[in-house]
Amino acid sequence: MTGYLIRRILYAIPILIGVNLLTFVLFFVVNTPDNMARMHLGMKRVNQEAIDKWKAEHGYDKPLLFNPAAEGAGKFTQTIFFEKSVKLFVFDFGRADDGREIGVDIRQRMWPSLAIAVPALIVGLLIDITLAMLVAFFRATYIDYWAVIVAVAMMSISSLFYIIGGQFLFSKVLRLVPISGYGSGLTAIKFIILPVVIGLVAGIGSGLRWYRTIFLEEIGKEYVRTARAKGLSELRVLFGHVLRNALIPILTGVVVLIPLLFLGSLLTESFFGIPGLGSYTIDAINSQDFAIVRAMVFLGSVLYIIGLILTDISYTIADPRVRLS
Amino acid sequence: MNNPYPRSEEGKNILYSSFTERPKHLDPAQSYSSNEATFTGQIYEPPFQYHYLKRPYTLVPLTAAEMPTPIYLDAKGERLKETDPAEQVAFSVYEMKIRPGIRYQPHPAFAQDEQGRNLYHDLGPKELSKISILSDFTQTGSRELTADDYVYQIKRLAHPKIQSPIYGFMSEYIVGLKELAATLQQAQQKAGREAFLDLREYPLMGVEVVDRYTYRIKIIGKYPQFIYWLAMPFFAPVPHEADRFYSQPGLIEKNITLDWYPIGTGPYMLTVNNPNRQMVLERNPNFHGETYPSEGEPGDQAAGLLADAGKPLPFIDKVVFSLEKEDVPAWNKFLQGYYDASGISSDAFDKAVRISGTGDAELSDEMKEKGIRLVTSVETSTFYLGFNMLDPVVGGKSESARKLRQAIGIAVDEEESIAIFRNGRGIAMQSPIPPGIFGYTEGEAGINRYVYDWVNGRPQRKSIEVARQLLAEAGYPDGRDAKTGQPLVLNFDTTGTGPEAKAGFDWMRKQFEKLNIQLVIRNTDYNRFQDKMLKGTEQIFQWGWNADYPDPENFLFLLYGPNVKAGKGGENATNYENPEFDRLFEKMKNMENTPERKAIIDQMVEIIRRDAPWASGFHPKQFGLYHAWYRKAKPNLMANNTLKYARIDPALRARQRQAWNKPVWWPVALLVGVLVIGTLPAVATYRRKERGIPR
Repeated sequence: MTGYLIRRILYAIPILIGVNLLTFVLFFVVNTPDNMARMHLGMKRVNQEAIDKWKAEHGYDKPLLFNPAAEGAGKFTQTIFFEKSVKLFVFDFGRADDGREIGVDIRQRMWPSLAIAVPALIVGLLIDITLAMLVAFFRATYIDYWAVIVAVAMMSISSLFYIIGGQFLFSKVLRLVPISGYGSGLTAIKFIILPVVIGLVAGIGSGLRWYRTIFLEEIGKEYVRTARAKGLSELRVLFGHVLRNALIPILTGVVVLIPLLFLGSLLTESFFGIPGLGSYTIDAINSQDFAIVRAMVFLGSVLYIIGLILTDISYTIADPRVRLS
Repeated sequence: MNNPYPRSEEGKNILYSSFTERPKHLDPAQSYSSNEATFTGQIYEPPFQYHYLKRPYTLVPLTAAEMPTPIYLDAKGERLKETDPAEQVAFSVYEMKIRPGIRYQPHPAFAQDEQGRNLYHDLGPKELSKISILSDFTQTGSRELTADDYVYQIKRLAHPKIQSPIYGFMSEYIVGLKELAATLQQAQQKAGREAFLDLREYPLMGVEVVDRYTYRIKIIGKYPQFIYWLAMPFFAPVPHEADRFYSQPGLIEKNITLDWYPIGTGPYMLTVNNPNRQMVLERNPNFHGETYPSEGEPGDQAAGLLADAGKPLPFIDKVVFSLEKEDVPAWNKFLQGYYDASGISSDAFDKAVRISGTGDAELSDEMKEKGIRLVTSVETSTFYLGFNMLDPVVGGKSESARKLRQAIGIAVDEEESIAIFRNGRGIAMQSPIPPGIFGYTEGEAGINRYVYDWVNGRPQRKSIEVARQLLAEAGYPDGRDAKTGQPLVLNFDTTGTGPEAKAGFDWMRKQFEKLNIQLVIRNTDYNRFQDKMLKGTEQIFQWGWNADYPDPENFLFLLYGPNVKAGKGGENATNYENPEFDRLFEKMKNMENTPERKAIIDQMVEIIRRDAPWASGFHPKQFGLYHAWYRKAKPNLMANNTLKYARIDPALRARQRQAWNKPVWWPVALLVGVLVIGTLPAVATYRRKERGIPR
């Protein structure tokens, strides 16, 4: 397995270079360094001298990808792309265009994102699997019928509706929790209850349908009939045998998400005033802060690759027959 | 239960407010946005400030002992009389005397040991390992404000590592600033990118310290508006100790910088700075003291605005700003009493305000029941629909182009636009100068006669027939080119997304359709739009300007020829050039606010109205809602340090919050009950299945 993991990590390097190059090209197709300077300096009373000064100070006064004025390897290394990208590979994200250390910001902002994403994932998984299992148990009954209808209806509703509706109902009408905000330590709990509950409710529809499908497929297999023939209770069959055998598709969908939990949710964080990483990238795009955009895309790619590797590893745990080689 | 603040803060003298976007800069050399001034204005103290109550806006000393009288010098350095022509003035000298005894807020940059050595100016890895935020420093110190600190900050405007937005502009005025920038650039290159430059070692020719409490600034030529700049944080003091302290790479790596942790002498100091969540200002224990003004404009006494005259400032102990990116939660928190004041978003406007038949705004019954007050004021801003004067169709000085512009000016119904898209929050522009600024003319005498008639005591837009007639005279009868017969097609260069922008484009198209002119919406992204403006390739566009200072020069310079945007990057976005206007501008800008100056302004405004480089425009109206516990406040749109005048009644707020936020539990119990009852059939079915009982 070690060899497999090393190979996967080595494969990741060209992927990350490609992602970085693509981000760079896409960003600079729509933003020139002059645009970035103007955005940061403001529009009032800014002259070309100030713009040139800003670009020189932030390292945007060089050619983008190729420097014909430089010698030898300098043609490629004395460029904005090389100078801004190479440090990413040792996770030195550098400074944002407003001068703040990106690494420090990421370390600070990932915790609020995790505070919402982790309980939402764990509790959501438990609820979705349990409900899906029950619906699978009641398959072809009115309960199954109505559960699918409700699930489809819930899937069809925009998450924005859940957020605004949840805020209206629980914070404004019932006045049970703060409508938005965040606290440090244990005081954070009263702020994260509502976003977590809304996240759970909003995810039930799709989760229920997805896991129900998996379980129904599994229930039709012969080992389930054998288990029932042995006289096992239906709950034991479902939770003891079906669930275990359904783990591979469940893990495929879940484990890959775990590292990405760090990145948070844009909409939820924005509406609830949660100071997480979800809105960090969008804020950076709006303010044309390439340093943050590049760092967050890079981080997202790394975390996704880690998620895929973890998924592979989890297969070997869920199913001993799987061997990574 | 829905209180977002700690229980320990209940009943305390704390003001709660919100911010929608994290401030980019809190360094006074870099900060130029109004959302940043909300913080920097309370912390930093430039030598002058705007009087809180007086109108027209008046500068008064803040840390200065008195207002300076500029000394004018000719090219040989000989002193000139105030009455001498402005062309003879080669230099103006401003001498500022600051009051002794003003002290900085407690700050680790000033912390010293018993031998007088700075404790935290050479931090090693061991000390740094214990520091994450500024409050992790256990020791603080303070010292007296001196003239040196003001001079130090002016030098910072030229620092190569600080991109001050006003450096380019100020380098045209402050003697030696450009040379200092070049010297510092070289010094930084020599010393290394991260090295600290002690600016005390680099003289600035035009700025000198006279004594401990006095400094002089020498500027090129005569620029009477320079005094207004001295009321902005750009000219607030920065102690060299702070610059040295914050230059340590170990602190920069932890985002502990002057740009993030300001240090000032003002009534408040920033004690919590988590701009992703919350920023907290607390009373500066070293504040030098100031009292509430005892005079204002007529009517202030009757309005109760002088009730606190002579009382020490600030009134509030602490101000908590919470990040609210979305309007909905911010508005609901205001209604719950968790914010003390609020603006009104478009979505909430109908719930909060009713516009009466006469066009006056009044609060809805829901707001009145809560005791909320509405305070409105016209902003010192102008937003306009402009023509690119370089454009061959709508631009130029020809009679035909002028009539075309005038016709469009009548057709674009600004009043309708304000009613539809701004809920009535604005007044249609009659001239570039907004109300409250010298040069603005009220009433019939102040209307744009090319666009309006005075009917029944108010301006009334001329009929569309007048516009059609002008269009025909311009050579486009019924919207067609009289020579070619081709329809007149114009382009509106803009940037905007979303349904509201789309509605705005449709509305604009309809305005031009009144004249049978086809309007093509050239919508693009913000960067492309800016590029078009800089190159002068746009045709018709919308633009705006917020006043830097309350002087007509700050608005009329938007049409001054040498300030054109295309090719020069100036603020004259229409690229309008008129030698007569420019001549009058040069004369007017150096004058005091006298009847002679007003007469020149009137002439300039008349030229603008006739030439019509701006088709139409408006001055936005600010609507602010205040809870009953928020003492009467007077909007001051020029001052950014007004928090010290704010006062609340915490006991009333606590009572109201309690009354408005009683939790309602029964629907939750009902929901649980429904869920339990709803599962019973499922349980029964399960048991039946398990027992193998056939249905």
